[in-house]
Amino acid sequence: MRMQTESALSDPISINKKSANIPFLVKARPYFIIAPALLLTIGILYPFVMAWYYSFTNYSFSSPTYHFIGLDNWIRMFSDEDFWHAFLVTSKYAILTTGSEMLIGIGIALLLAKSTKFTKFLKVTLVFPLMVAPVIATVIWQLMTNNSVGIIEKFLNIFGIYNFPWASSANTALFTAVLIDIWVYTPFVILLVVAGIQSLPKSPFEAAQVDGASPWFTFRNLKLPLLKPFLYIALIFRLMASLQESAIIFALTKGGPGDTLMNLSITAYTKGFQFMKFGASLTYILFLWFVIALISNFLVGRWLAVQKQAAGN
Amino acid sequence: MNQRHGLTKFVVLIVLLAMVFSLSVYGATKPAFNWKMAKGSTIKLMLVQHSIAEAMVKKIPEFEKLTGIKVEYSITPEENYFDKVTTSLNSRMGDMDIFMSGAYQLWDYAPAGFVEDLGPYLKNPKMTAADYDIADIYSGAIGAMKWDLVPGHKAGTGSQLGLPMAFEIYSLAYNKRVFKEKGIKPPKTMDELLAVCEKLKEWGGKGTYPLAIRGARNWGTIHPAYMSTYENYGAKDFKIENGKLVSLVNSPESVAMNEMWVKLIKVGGSPSWSSYTWYQAGADLGAGKAAMLWDADNNGIQQNWPGASKEAGNIAWVPQPLPSGASKNNSNLWTWGIAMNKASKNKVAAWLAMEYFTSKSYLLYASTVGNAVDPVRASVWDSAAFKKKIGQHEGYSDTFKATINNTRILFTPQPHFQETTTEWAANLQDLVAGKYKTVQEGLDDLKKKTDEAVKDVVIK
Repeated sequence: MRMQTESALSDPISINKKSANIPFLVKARPYFIIAPALLLTIGILYPFVMAWYYSFTNYSFSSPTYHFIGLDNWIRMFSDEDFWHAFLVTSKYAILTTGSEMLIGIGIALLLAKSTKFTKFLKVTLVFPLMVAPVIATVIWQLMTNNSVGIIEKFLNIFGIYNFPWASSANTALFTAVLIDIWVYTPFVILLVVAGIQSLPKSPFEAAQVDGASPWFTFRNLKLPLLKPFLYIALIFRLMASLQESAIIFALTKGGPGDTLMNLSITAYTKGFQFMKFGASLTYILFLWFVIALISNFLVGRWLAVQKQAAGN
Repeated sequence: MNQRHGLTKFVVLIVLLAMVFSLSVYGATKPAFNWKMAKGSTIKLMLVQHSIAEAMVKKIPEFEKLTGIKVEYSITPEENYFDKVTTSLNSRMGDMDIFMSGAYQLWDYAPAGFVEDLGPYLKNPKMTAADYDIADIYSGAIGAMKWDLVPGHKAGTGSQLGLPMAFEIYSLAYNKRVFKEKGIKPPKTMDELLAVCEKLKEWGGKGTYPLAIRGARNWGTIHPAYMSTYENYGAKDFKIENGKLVSLVNSPESVAMNEMWVKLIKVGGSPSWSSYTWYQAGADLGAGKAAMLWDADNNGIQQNWPGASKEAGNIAWVPQPLPSGASKNNSNLWTWGIAMNKASKNKVAAWLAMEYFTSKSYLLYASTVGNAVDPVRASVWDSAAFKKKIGQHEGYSDTFKATINNTRILFTPQPHFQETTTEWAANLQDLVAGKYKTVQEGLDDLKKKTDEAVKDVVIK
C-alpha cells in the first residue's frame, strides 16, 4: 500500500489523471467556502481604498471634474486651526464619556452583582436607554431640558435655577452632550461587567473568604484582575465609538454653538455634505481612522495580555 | 362714381368679413396644448416635506390622467433632504427627474452642470401652454432662480434654473393680545424693537421672552431676518476686486448692524437661541413663550390657524423694523421651487410636470385647498378665495404688499454659499457668546475665513 502511494506520488501523470477525475463542484468547494469572506473583504476594502484615493484629489460634489492634487488636502488639514480644534474636541469628548461610563458602569454592575428581585428588575430596566437610537435619545433629552416644558428644567426650578443654558451655551454644550452619551451607553458597560462578574469562578472567592480576606482585598486582588478582560472589551468598544461620535452631537447642536462641539466626524460631514468638498472631508475621516486603529490595536494587545494573566498563563 | 364707391366698399367689406371669418376659424381650430406629448413616460420626483409638496402629491393622479405620464415620488424631511439630492445629482444616473430646491442650492448644483436650463422650454410655444403666463409670477421669486452662473453676478439674469412654487418674505409677527395687555405698539425701528424687548422681558413669567429668532449653526440663521436687516443697514456681503470675490462682512455698516443684532439677542432672544431654527422659533410664538417672531411670514401663520396653537388667533403681522433713517424695507426671500436634473432621461415629461405644478390653477389649489400661504403668482393673491382664506390673519396680506416690491435675493451668488453662511452663523454665535472682545474683532475673523473659502472663485 505504501509502495503504491509512493509510486503514485512520484508519477505526475497519474496525479493529473486523478485530479481530472475529481468533480468540479468538489474542486471548487474551497473557493465557495471562502467566497463570502472574500466578497466581504472586497466590500470593506473597496470604499476604504477609494477613500484614500479621493483624499488625494479635489473631488467635489459641486464640480463636474476632479484631478489629483497630491498631499494638498492633507497639508491644508494639518495647517488648519479648525482641524486641531476638532481633534481636541474629539479627544475631550472621548475621554470624558468613556471615563465616566466605565466608572459608573463598573459601580452599578458591582451593585447589581447580588441576585435579588430588585437587581433583576434593575438589570432589565437599565438596558432601556441602549435600545433607543442615539438621535432619538438626544431629542428626548432636548425635550427634557427644554426651558419651558422640560421635566429636568422644572426640577431645577425647585432649586431656583431657571433657564439653564444646556446645549445652547458654549460653556455647557460639551457637558450636555457627554451627559446624553452617558445615559445612552453606560448600560452597555453595565451589561458587559455584570456578564463578567457572573462568569467568574467561585472557588477563589470561597478560598479568600475562608482565609478571612477583607472585601476590599478580594476586590482589588481577585475580582478586578479576573474582570480585566471584560473591562478591556468595554473600554475598547466605548472608546472607539466615542471617538467616532456624530449622532448625538449632530442632533443636539450640529457642532455649535460656534464651533464648540465640532469634532472630527462632524467637521468631516460638514465639509463633505454641506460644503461639498468631498476630497478634503475624507482626510478628516482617514485621520480619525488612523487614530482609532492605533489606539484599538494597543488596547487589543493589552486585552490579550490580561486575558492570559486571568487564565493563569 | 357713386356706384364705383359702393362696389369698392362692398369688396372691402367682403374682404374684412373673410379675414374675420378666417381668423375666427383659425382660432377655433387652433390646436390646444398637447399635454399628451410624453404619454407612457415615467418620471421620478424628489420632494421635501412641505405644504406645497403635500398639495403636489394630492394632484398627481389628476396630472397622470391629463398627460398619461406616470409619476413616482419620494418625500424627505428637510433636515437631510439636500444630502440626498446632492448624492443623486452627483451620480449623474438620472435616477430622479425633478427635485425641489431653493435658489441657494442651485448656485452649487448649476455650475457643476447638474441642472437643466429651463429657458428654452419656456420660450417654446409647443412646450409651454399659452396660458402659463410667467409674468404672473412675482419678479423676485422667478428672478431668484435665474442666474448666469458667474460668481459675483446678481441673481435675476441668465439661465432659468428652476421654477418657484412657494416663497417667503420676512416680517415681524407679534402676539397682539400681549401687546394690548402691556399697552405696547408694534415697533417700526430697530431702536423701538430693542426698547420693546426690554419691556417684554419675562412678560408672562419665567420661561417667557420677547423675541423668537433663529440662531442655529447653519445658513438658515443668516438668510431670513438677519440678511434683510443687514441689507437695510446698507451692508453688502461681497464686492468684486481684481476678478476675485472680497468679503465685506467687517464693513462699518455690518459692524453697526451686528452690534444691534447681538444686543437684540442678548436682551430679547431665547436662552436656547443658538439651537433655534425656524420651527422652534415659530413654535415659541404659538406656545405663548415668545411675544414676537422675526422670521418668515408663513412661519407664524402655521401657529395662527384656529386650534393650531395656544395663541392661535392672537398673532398679527407688521413689516420688519428698520434702522433709524431707513425707509426702504428690503427683504431677502426663500423660495421652494422645482428644478430639472440635467441627467434626466425623460426631459419632456419632466418639463410637463414642472409646467403643471407651477401653473395658475395648481398654485391656486395649493394655496386655497392646500396650506401653501405664500403663492408666487399675483393672480393667486388677487383671487377672492385666497383673500378670504388669508383675511383671517391680521396684517398678513398688508405686510406682504408693503414688502413684496423690495423683496429679492440679497446674497451674492457664489458656489461656496453653504460654507460662507455656515461660518457666518457660527461667528454670530461666537459674537453673542462673547468670544471676541469687540464685534469688529469677530467680524474681522469672519472676513478672513470667508475670503479663504472663496479664494478659488475667479470671475472672468
